[in-house]
Amino acid sequence: MIAFILRRLLQSIIVMVAVAAVSFTLFRFVGDPISSMVGQEASIADREALRDSLGLNDSIISQFLRFMGDALQGEFGISYRLQMPVTELILQRLPATVELALVSGTLAFVLGLSLGVYTALKRRGILSNLIMTGSLIGVSLPTFLIGVLLIWVFAVELRWLPSNGRGEVVALGDWWSTGFLTHSGRLALILPAITLGLYQMTLIMRLVRAEMLEVLRTDYIKFARARGLSSRAVNFGHALKNTLVPVITITGLQLGSIIAFAIITETVFNWPGVGALFINSVRFVDVPVMAAYLMMIALIFVVINLIVDLLYYAVDPRLRVDRAAKAH
Amino acid sequence: MAEPLLSVRDLVVEFPTRRGILRALDRVSFDIMPGEVLGMVGESGAGKSITGAAIIGLIEPPGRIASGEIRLKGQRIDNITPEAMRKIRGKRIGMVFQDPLTSLNPLYTVAQQLIETIRTHIDCSEAEARKRAVALLDRVGIPAAARRIDDYPHHFSGGMRQRVVIALALCAEPELVIADEPTTALDVSVQSQIIEVLKDICAERGAAVMLITHDMGVIAETADRVAVLYAGRMAEVGPVREVITEAMHPYTAGLMSSIPTLTQESDRLVQIPGAMPRLNAIPTGCAFNPRCAKAFGPCTVERPELIAQEGGRQVACWLYDEAKRREVPHV
Ligand SMILES: Nc1ncnc2c1ncn2[C@@H]1O[C@H](COP(=O)(O)OP(=O)(O)OP(=O)(O)O)[C@@H](O)[C@H]1O
Ligand code: SF4
Ligand SMILES: [Mg+2]
Repeated sequence: MIAFILRRLLQSIIVMVAVAAVSFTLFRFVGDPISSMVGQEASIADREALRDSLGLNDSIISQFLRFMGDALQGEFGISYRLQMPVTELILQRLPATVELALVSGTLAFVLGLSLGVYTALKRRGILSNLIMTGSLIGVSLPTFLIGVLLIWVFAVELRWLPSNGRGEVVALGDWWSTGFLTHSGRLALILPAITLGLYQMTLIMRLVRAEMLEVLRTDYIKFARARGLSSRAVNFGHALKNTLVPVITITGLQLGSIIAFAIITETVFNWPGVGALFINSVRFVDVPVMAAYLMMIALIFVVINLIVDLLYYAVDPRLRVDRAAKAH
Repeated sequence: MAEPLLSVRDLVVEFPTRRGILRALDRVSFDIMPGEVLGMVGESGAGKSITGAAIIGLIEPPGRIASGEIRLKGQRIDNITPEAMRKIRGKRIGMVFQDPLTSLNPLYTVAQQLIETIRTHIDCSEAEARKRAVALLDRVGIPAAARRIDDYPHHFSGGMRQRVVIALALCAEPELVIADEPTTALDVSVQSQIIEVLKDICAERGAAVMLITHDMGVIAETADRVAVLYAGRMAEVGPVREVITEAMHPYTAGLMSSIPTLTQESDRLVQIPGAMPRLNAIPTGCAFNPRCAKAFGPCTVERPELIAQEGGRQVACWLYDEAKRREVPHV
């Protein structure tokens, strides 16, 4: 168990170093930060002075080491565009993205799982077939189109829900602002959360369904039925649990990509999160922000992966080498 | 004569497919007496597993029982509600499948699976169920059962897992156990032990067994009577000694002569020429007629019914119909 965790941790660190190297390369070689920081009229000398003060004239290795050291302390420098510490900028924007991702992730997981189980159990039902057909739309429509359609129907035509921003937010402590506590904040969450979660939900649903159908065909399910267990015990106690083992991995990664995909949704709904921040940074070649964002996404994926592996381990006894009690 | 424990009459099982309806069982009839071991033999695809699935009410839809009756102690069980049938499964009819490696849920310990099954059918506390489970595991020959019961299936070898499966099938004391090729997937060295455990424990509890197998040697040693299926139809039923030593149906005779241990001279090993017809191409008349050396006039015209013979035997073959034989004098 300990060895397993250590091995996974080591792998995670290697991944993070690799991502750091990519971020750094971006940092160092994409565009010229100086020209995006100073006006056209700045002199060559001014530019050189700025270059020196930012450490852009040191050797690559020492720049990378400094980058890594800073990153470890959560330091990603000053945004070229906004002239603010990147970390502060991201932390300011993070609550909006996290709350959005949390809501749409929960939505995607709960709905995806229940619909997947339902359509697997009622394979021949009319409703199941409708859901399956509907899910094709969810998988094939691009996110921004879904967002625009939802805005058109619910914000423009019906005028039920807002399409822009987070609504009113309440500060919780110094570094968190939440939209959960106000009516307008909750209303504002609905459309973006659906837009962001729909694709993941349909994916999870189709995966759960396929996996569950597979499990329902296995011998141990037939044997469970042949022993007279109730269909509830067979479907939920036996089949669902076995379905979850392979579903955990992909679902975890899907939830991770919800944060990554938030970029599009945040842009469509003008949502003040890190995704929107990233898009603006790209537009202005604000490399420190881009690098920090990349590192953050990588960290989220690595952490989710780690949790997924541990869950996997907890659910499937075959991975545990607890007792070496091999039968004769 | 005592009342049969299980009585199957004119059972027809059909599978609707894109290319028409496949009739997997066509008017199959047989009885199982209380406490007896009935061997069920036949080539692959003859319908042995489907017969077992029909009895226990687990034919995969869209397959269905199209007609016929299945009675357990005189009561119909083929047309009762799914919930009523569920209560019979495990409690009155137990089932052992072929592959012990895949029959157990890998995510639950043996104890969990046994206790769940016991408590589904018998009103008792968790502790009581556990006690029963340990005793049963001990009885089927799992060493250190009290300790091993909390292991997961993957901790057991194939033979041990099949013992666990037998314990699971028997844990609610069913009157009938259907064992579908219980040793085919096992190592040869443990096959006879498993059959022995199954037979002994059923005998102890007075449970009847329907033993499906390809292995005529096992039938000869274990079964009281044997039923021979061919292309979804019953060819012959009778006491095991008589059927083995003097088969009546030409197909049974062919089956028996292909077993080296029973015929002594192994060079007499004869394969029946040809293959069993597919379900969508069963010939008219007797299903066996294209392969039968003794086929005559009526065989390609009319299907022979299963007719009672002397000594509690039954056979479906025109050779044993005096009237038909007289009609065609040259045979
Ligand atoms: N779901 C199904 N759909 C269509 N036909 C089926 C289905 N299940 C079984 N059959 C057919 O029913 C026939 C009998 O199958 P069954 O499994 O009972 O054979 P068996 O005697 O048990 O053979 P084996 O010795 O290979 O286990 C086969 O011809 C098979 O093709
Ligand atoms: S009925 Fe005819 S074809 Fe069928 S087994 Fe008897 S003799 Fe052969
Ligand atoms: Mg079979």
